[in-house]
Amino acid sequence: MKVGVVVFPGSNCDRDALHVARLAGAEAVPLWHEDPDVAGADLVILPGGFAYGDYLRAGVLARFSPVMQAVKAHAAAGGLVLGICNGFQVIAEAGLVPGALLRNASLRFEHGWVRVSVERRDTPFTAAIPAGRTLRMPIAHGEGCYFLPDAALDALEADRGVLFRYAAPEGNPNGSAHDIAGVISADGRVCGLMPHPERAAEAILGSDDGMLVFRSIVESVGASTVGAR
Amino acid sequence: MSGAGTPAPGTAVPLHRALGVTDFELDAIVERLGRAPNDLELAMFSVMWSEHCSYKSSKPLLKTLPMGGEDVVAGPGENAGVVSIGDGLAVAFKLESHNHPSAVEPYQGAATGVGGILRDIFTMGARPIAILDGLKFGDPSSARTRHLVRGVVRGVGGYGNCVGVPTIGGELVFHPSYAENPLVNVMAVGLLETRLLTLASAPGPGNLCVLFGSTTGRDGIGGASILASATFGAGQATKRPTVQVGDPFAEKLLIEACLELIEAGLVEGLQDLGAAGITCATSETADRAGTGILVDLDAIPRREEGMAPFEVMISESQERMFATVLPEKVDAVLAVCRRWNLPAAVIGRVTADGDITIVTGGLAPDGSPNPGALEIARVPARALTSDAIVHERVAQAPTHRRNAPAPGVPEQTEGGLPERGMDPGAVLQALLGDPNLASRAWLTRQYDATVGTDTVEASERAAGVLRVKGTRKALVVATDANARVGLIDPWLGAAMAVAECARNIAVTGARSLGVTNCLNYGSPERPEAFWQLQEGVRGLGDACRALGLAVTGGNVSLYNESAAGPIAPTCQIGIVGLLDDIDTLVRPQFRGPGDQVVLLGRSVPGMAGSIYAELAGTAPDDQLPALDLAAEAALGRLLRAAAARRLLRSAQDVSGGGLAVALAECALWGEVGADLAVSVAAEPAVELFGEAPGRVVASVAPADAETLEALAAEHGVSFRRLGETGGDRLRIRLSGQGATGAAEERGAGVADALDEALSALRDAWERGLPRALGEDVATPPPAAEVR
Repeated sequence: MKVGVVVFPGSNCDRDALHVARLAGAEAVPLWHEDPDVAGADLVILPGGFAYGDYLRAGVLARFSPVMQAVKAHAAAGGLVLGICNGFQVIAEAGLVPGALLRNASLRFEHGWVRVSVERRDTPFTAAIPAGRTLRMPIAHGEGCYFLPDAALDALEADRGVLFRYAAPEGNPNGSAHDIAGVISADGRVCGLMPHPERAAEAILGSDDGMLVFRSIVESVGASTVGAR
Repeated sequence: MSGAGTPAPGTAVPLHRALGVTDFELDAIVERLGRAPNDLELAMFSVMWSEHCSYKSSKPLLKTLPMGGEDVVAGPGENAGVVSIGDGLAVAFKLESHNHPSAVEPYQGAATGVGGILRDIFTMGARPIAILDGLKFGDPSSARTRHLVRGVVRGVGGYGNCVGVPTIGGELVFHPSYAENPLVNVMAVGLLETRLLTLASAPGPGNLCVLFGSTTGRDGIGGASILASATFGAGQATKRPTVQVGDPFAEKLLIEACLELIEAGLVEGLQDLGAAGITCATSETADRAGTGILVDLDAIPRREEGMAPFEVMISESQERMFATVLPEKVDAVLAVCRRWNLPAAVIGRVTADGDITIVTGGLAPDGSPNPGALEIARVPARALTSDAIVHERVAQAPTHRRNAPAPGVPEQTEGGLPERGMDPGAVLQALLGDPNLASRAWLTRQYDATVGTDTVEASERAAGVLRVKGTRKALVVATDANARVGLIDPWLGAAMAVAECARNIAVTGARSLGVTNCLNYGSPERPEAFWQLQEGVRGLGDACRALGLAVTGGNVSLYNESAAGPIAPTCQIGIVGLLDDIDTLVRPQFRGPGDQVVLLGRSVPGMAGSIYAELAGTAPDDQLPALDLAAEAALGRLLRAAAARRLLRSAQDVSGGGLAVALAECALWGEVGADLAVSVAAEPAVELFGEAPGRVVASVAPADAETLEALAAEHGVSFRRLGETGGDRLRIRLSGQGATGAAEERGAGVADALDEALSALRDAWERGLPRALGEDVATPPPAAEVR
């Protein structure tokens, strides 16, 4: 499978995402923010960082970049998109997933290790995660407090749009509604999350739980490719 | 040659004095030029001959440091030290201060401190992979300190988090001497392919000079001479306009652009712009290459109208780079800058005449000044840099001073501490909750420590560890200082900082590759402060020689004084170590129940300079612990040998708070208790809380304990069994004649043991820092403080 990692000016987890995509066995290429297409990638990753300096508001400038038009087209055609941290902020601003990311409740940047529960296993992002397994991953963000108006939140829950939830013992680090750490689009092809699975993909770094997300994607793309043939 | 602008109009004081140049220095400038300087030239000299840029007071001392070494690829004089780690890879690293700007504007001061030291690293072709921060503040209960701590921590985090470099270690120290003059020392570490090493030089007459990155504005005018090189008096708020403003987003683009230029072989030399701006970058690179530079002032991209020539030449606008480029490659360089949205311009060319020459009116295509162009300054590059003035300062030891005893000399310990009645458990809780020793989570939560996917350990009380992708190697980095001891004996303070930092590397099993340092002292014009600097440099050199370490670079920050007095002499040390096989890494925390706990290294008396003494408020300053550098070296060899043979389950250095705090940290971090016994010869406080150097707490599997004991004997290192890990309490029985006597006085007839639940110790440790800063759980920070 082929992974494209978008590089905005100010992205700083792009090299990490490329590294882990390759570890997971995928071909991985950078996609420049001015690129007109996604280079035939099966999965597009929007990595963490501070795209365009996060000026004005996190993710808001990035959504107008040329590559984001290509990412939207890719998603509309059923391609996979994974937005991590700042990438989640970008795809939320672009309307690819519901919700908005507000300042952390502490009003401070928060770094630390958290645990998330996996709310669904019938998605390309979670299919290989064993039942009952929580994932331990780092967070590193100033604006990760997931917000939706109450009615929309109820609808999101009813539509099974919540994919990851902050769990004990560390719990909710940023005041997110319903402890939401990650969401998935209605068609199940676009996922955004605040924790960093790419930073928790090797045991030497403290956890390899995040590799389960990448393995899920590689296996599901492999399966659908086989199916298409 | 007038019309160059007048830096300080409307003042009765002669211009040179207004710029901080003494009459004596003006004479030296005239001597070097063979004529009087014009105003622009004088402004250039004033920043380049500032203490910050010229090291005019410290240069003679720094020459005494040991600098060579088998691992050293580039040493002092370059932007950063570079050491080889094999496999064609090298590490660039350096410590730098941003003390004075942080005292005036803590957020921007700290942020630009991070930006500046990162530029020193990637200028050399290294990708920055870690930041460590050595922070020193006054009493945490004061409103000013809290304002400074919050601002500085947000500044370090705000910049480092945005550029995507993990902050994986450092030091946070509170001492009253830093109240008005905090210390912000930042260490950066970068990784490079040795073949891409790029030097800060401007070789090849005829080559073109490209300035790229941010545009040039009026920020930071004279920061080097005004802020960094003078003592704060009243009215320091008026110095705010000289504090630079950082843009980490621009820095991130600069990192990527520079590394791309270097990887593609497009630059002959590269220098970042820091203190003294374009004047410094042009003169230093030309002097190193033995060339000159003709600067086309009009070509320099600016962010504001109407800037005088001297403002353009000495502006300290951040996030700028100066490259020397072959004429045929200049288009490719400009294209890379365009791709990263960085303004770039050819601002001059390299000449053979050795002069920094500034013209207005533009250069012709052949590189010579246009007809009608005006030469507004011409100064030999070396007069600004390597031939800058050097002052022979006067050193005078204080009349009342105490030295540490020589190793092995028995020390008088009578009449010291109120031992009887001491409850060691309560003291341990107080120490763990002290802001100097408590959990750093309040701070580390604000720093991204995991970006880059290399962080194996991040810690503010031990070493940080990074794996090196594509190899089996790991880098181990630490930074330490010892202000409390330095205040009593500046030689010992500096030497103990080296010893502690080297020990923090050694406990992991790694070998130290090189030392960087940041010398924070008072005014060199005061003989007593200059003596402290002299003693500090001597201690640094002595310790490095004894431990076989090379000094690869560093930074000097003088004039750290305020109306309230000078800071404690602070020699901040940074060391990078190498572990050849990451599988042999030894971590500080206990690993599980049933391991033997041992103390490696001998305890010696002396409580002065310890946190316990500060809390107790009683230790006389003549009871400093002795430092035995030969024993320290032997301990390091033992630790590396033991790690290589995989004998150690854990190892943690004994430093702040002494043995009891080190044991508590091992237990808290490992979430397993221990049942131990310590024999007390004279004073239990010395045994439990003394901060004598040269000691490590280790745990070892029972089956390996004898092997370790034999190995310790082979290395001549003292080995004492303390007990066993297990349970959820830390229990230390005290035996021997020096028991505390508290229980005895209650009629029990035996000494009190230290016996505390880990949960209680954890509570004290976790709440200590937020409580000290007035942010214990219930009190969130005022909203206005948050950015």
